[in-house]
Amino acid sequence: MNLLNLVLVLPLAGFLLTMILPKNNASLIRLFSLVLSLAIFVLSLGLTSPFFQSGNGNWFVTDVPWIQSPEIRYHVGVDGLSIWLVILSTLLTPISILVSWKHIDKRVKEFHAFMLLLEFGLIGVFVAWDLFLFYVFWEVCLVPMYFLIGVWGHERRIYAAVKFFLYTMAGSVLMLAAMIYLYNKANTFDYTNLVDLIQRGRLSFTGLEQMLLFLAFFLAFAIKVPLFPLHTWLPDAHVEAPTAGSIMLAAVMLKMGTYSIVRFCLPLFPQAARECAPWIVILALIGIVYGALVALVQPNMKKLVAYSSVSHLGFVILGTFSFNQAGLDGAVYQMLNHGISTGALFMLVGFMYERTHTLEIKDYGGVSTPAPWLSTVFLITTLASIGLPTLNNFIGEFLVLQGSAYVSITWTAIAALGVILSACYMLWLYQRAFMGETNEHLKGHMHDINPRELAAAIPLLILMVWMGTYTKTFLPSISAANARILEQSKAGIEMKVDAQNNKTARLNQSAPTGDQPNVR
Amino acid sequence: MNDQQLWLIPALPLAGFLINGLFGKKFPNILVSIIAVASVLGSFAWVLKTLGALGDLEHAHVEHYLTWIQSGPVNIGVDLAVDRLTAVMLLVVTGIGSLIHIYAVGYMSHEGGYYRFFAYLNLFMFFMLTLVMGANFLLLFVGWEGVGLCSYLLIGFYILKKSAGDAAKKAFVVNRVGDFGFSLAMFLIMVQFGSLDFQKVFEAVKPLPVDQTPGILTAIALLLFVGAAGKSAQVPLYVWLPDAMEGPTPVSALIHAATMVTAGVYMTARAAVIFQHSPLAMDVVATVGLITAVMAATIGLTQYDIKKVFAYSTVSQLGYMFIACGVGAFSAGIYHVVTHAFFKALLFLGAGSVIHALSGEQDLRHMGGLAKKIPITFAVLACAWVAIAGVPPFAGFFSKDEILLAAHHHAPWMYWVGVITAGMTAFYVSRAMFMCFFGSYRGHHHPHESPFVMWGPLAVLAVLSLAGGWYFKVPHYLEPVFPVAEGHHDETLVYISVAAGVIGIGLAALMYLIKPGLPDTISGALGPIYKLVYNKYFVDEVYDATIVNPMVAGSRGVLWRIFDAGIIDGIVNGTAVVARTVGGGLRLLQSGNIRSYAAWVTLGCVVVLLALGVMSGGVK
Repeated sequence: MNLLNLVLVLPLAGFLLTMILPKNNASLIRLFSLVLSLAIFVLSLGLTSPFFQSGNGNWFVTDVPWIQSPEIRYHVGVDGLSIWLVILSTLLTPISILVSWKHIDKRVKEFHAFMLLLEFGLIGVFVAWDLFLFYVFWEVCLVPMYFLIGVWGHERRIYAAVKFFLYTMAGSVLMLAAMIYLYNKANTFDYTNLVDLIQRGRLSFTGLEQMLLFLAFFLAFAIKVPLFPLHTWLPDAHVEAPTAGSIMLAAVMLKMGTYSIVRFCLPLFPQAARECAPWIVILALIGIVYGALVALVQPNMKKLVAYSSVSHLGFVILGTFSFNQAGLDGAVYQMLNHGISTGALFMLVGFMYERTHTLEIKDYGGVSTPAPWLSTVFLITTLASIGLPTLNNFIGEFLVLQGSAYVSITWTAIAALGVILSACYMLWLYQRAFMGETNEHLKGHMHDINPRELAAAIPLLILMVWMGTYTKTFLPSISAANARILEQSKAGIEMKVDAQNNKTARLNQSAPTGDQPNVR
Repeated sequence: MNDQQLWLIPALPLAGFLINGLFGKKFPNILVSIIAVASVLGSFAWVLKTLGALGDLEHAHVEHYLTWIQSGPVNIGVDLAVDRLTAVMLLVVTGIGSLIHIYAVGYMSHEGGYYRFFAYLNLFMFFMLTLVMGANFLLLFVGWEGVGLCSYLLIGFYILKKSAGDAAKKAFVVNRVGDFGFSLAMFLIMVQFGSLDFQKVFEAVKPLPVDQTPGILTAIALLLFVGAAGKSAQVPLYVWLPDAMEGPTPVSALIHAATMVTAGVYMTARAAVIFQHSPLAMDVVATVGLITAVMAATIGLTQYDIKKVFAYSTVSQLGYMFIACGVGAFSAGIYHVVTHAFFKALLFLGAGSVIHALSGEQDLRHMGGLAKKIPITFAVLACAWVAIAGVPPFAGFFSKDEILLAAHHHAPWMYWVGVITAGMTAFYVSRAMFMCFFGSYRGHHHPHESPFVMWGPLAVLAVLSLAGGWYFKVPHYLEPVFPVAEGHHDETLVYISVAAGVIGIGLAALMYLIKPGLPDTISGALGPIYKLVYNKYFVDEVYDATIVNPMVAGSRGVLWRIFDAGIIDGIVNGTAVVARTVGGGLRLLQSGNIRSYAAWVTLGCVVVLLALGVMSGGVK
């Protein structure tokens, strides 16, 4: 059993073990799941080691038959695209458990069991190399999240949970149908086999066939992202979900959609993806501006952050469908960034909710006087979220915008409006909630961040600075994986794509070139 | 060549920020001040040492530290560089920065949040130094956004005041509009030249013939200027700077007068090669500079808040600097950056000293006769006064002279508008001085002179304001970077501009010393025009009515309530009515029994597998 299998199986084992722990010993359950998830996180760090030696390739691969007929294989592995998303999942699970330490006091056992099951599903989604296995993990994620919202959520939790469930199911049913069609045609669910067949021209589709398959997959993923106008489940799910649910949902679950688009839509259906790209980009651009404008006028903090996610994830889609290295790298980097900064925002909003039991912005005001450190952490997270250079989001946004600029400066200009607007809604939120005279009924409730909460926040703060200043840790492996996917996404595409992407390269030939800038 | 340890220059203030920011709350004030001041003085010392070691700096000295971003064709290094332009900026930033840090030790001694103030101020120094030393556009942009952040934090320093919060947010958002242009310019540069390194980009631009420059260079130059106009408060993006005076006065002096707001001028001068390739962009720069200079000066004539007068003065003087850039006299623009840093920092710090003496009073109408009560402050402010009014041979005279001559060479009408503005400048500063220091005292406080820690730095700045223009021959020093513009030194033109300054002072003396009733008579006679100017041309109100309010109302009324909640969710909920019945059923499954959940999960998988088996032709 290699390290990846261990990292994958431990949350499942934890899920089963938690179920047999005594129901009334809440502290034991909390401690057990925290220690276990921390151990999983530490183990998962071991998965990164090959990527520092060579950014390329699939690692920790296991490929054994699972079901004979239809042939479904247990085929898992990590590459530069998935490794950091796995780490993101294993990092945010213990953080979410820590955040829920006091907040969750009913059905403690089930809560923690679901958190671990969710972790299992998320890791599985990112490491599955078999389409059917991927689908199983995809659905596994759905169940615990449904219950996290539906059981531990706020007043309208059932509505939100059902909305979340139906939206997602609607998409995944189509995806399943497309997968089965694909299987009937290629006689394999194996991702690497499929890509290989397509690359070598052994498997080809008619234009219509490919378009329908692409759309079936894409729709399932786009709902998850969520891409405008499929986003309305998100604000409800976030507002009603408990803090841990919001964190996992925003930080990791939305990335299932964006990750899968890059992983599956681009290499499997390259022509259709490129044909649809302009339309998808238009939706992404609308989402960027629309999400930001709607976020601006939200009276509820969680809704504000939720709509800001619609805006931020528009950048990921824009970068992906720019079909060039910078755009795709930026998109993947932005997946991680959004996970960290928006995860942190939901966490901090959760801290504030625990103190005051309100999410309405107007109920706050002047929080920085009684809670200066909480305000400082919130401010840093805000700055990360609005793309301040030296913090993480800047790198992603810069690369996405640069990538889109190679295709169309108009796209870039529209998307950059989202950058202006992000400052508007986040700073306005910060001003109304944290600055000014302290709101009367906050007095006595609004104590500063405590050591447990700080312990949950600090890893995210460190990552914001780390990812913003030292991209060498993350970017080379991401770049290598993306280069391969870009190569695959050119199958059957004529050379005109190359010509467009290499516009810069040609211009460079006249100017002095060189990989290393400046004198050393 | 990695031998000058340039990184130490920004790193020292950064260390000061980290120490004070993390632990300053527990430190006594004296320790906080020592850390803050020492870090900036250390940086200043390292600048001097470095410049000494680098000698004449005919060519830029570049140090590469690490690759920041590497993705496909995008390669951005953390590279710092020093050339003569940067050297000038470094001296101004660390020199004036040190003085203002020392001054602030006295000024802020009674304020809460002492450590926070100095932490932010140090952080500002870090970003400002990154801005002037960055060897590529993106690193410049890092500093650019960073100083904007510090400006935001320091304008909003008095967190309990709503007006401070509003002003801070306004500054950040308006600057973001400028940054929008700047970043688009960067993306275009990257697409066009494949690099953001100054050396590579400018070397690629230089050989292009000016008369057949592709339009893309004009686009780049104009977009860069949008950024510059945001940071350096030019029409139509100047509206944040007057409001920025909500911040503590040392901040107004350091950030909103001497250094940060000149970053736009620095950036334009840095990208001079690009601008020179676009005559259209150059005309836009000069024209916008001219409009800003005149418009802000007229507003300055009518304001009563001493800091607001100086704030509009800053906007106007920044306009002057852009006139210089626009007519191709980049070195004159930087010259004015330097002299302006001397006398405007002094004006603000002196105003701070007055405000300090009057326990927070800022209204000129409640001052008067302070010359005898706070003589040192008066003496140093008088030095700034003659410097900004363009009286020879003081600092402002030299740089303003250079700009006006260059403007005349480019287009005589620009010279004349500049001369009129110079007259207005002399008038409003004299007006402020007369209302503040002459006549009889009209307030209720008991004025007290500031301590040495405050007037010490003022004295240094006073000397610089008097002699700095004559002593530092900036244009000459910058010749390797910006070849001197041709044109002869016309004595008549100099006399005319000096005369304009003297007339301005004389008029102010007439109106505010000799015939004190005159201003009211004139403003009464001008009626609506006076009102228009006094209310700053209602620009803020127009922006609110045409941009801010429609955006908020539209987002709330149309996008959110109608489109999002109404149309999209209406469709979804239509489906959900059906779903709710299902949801009711699902609720029964929620038994709380974990084994039953697990059973459902397993069952679900089995069903899917079976379905699959059936569809693919049955289990063999």
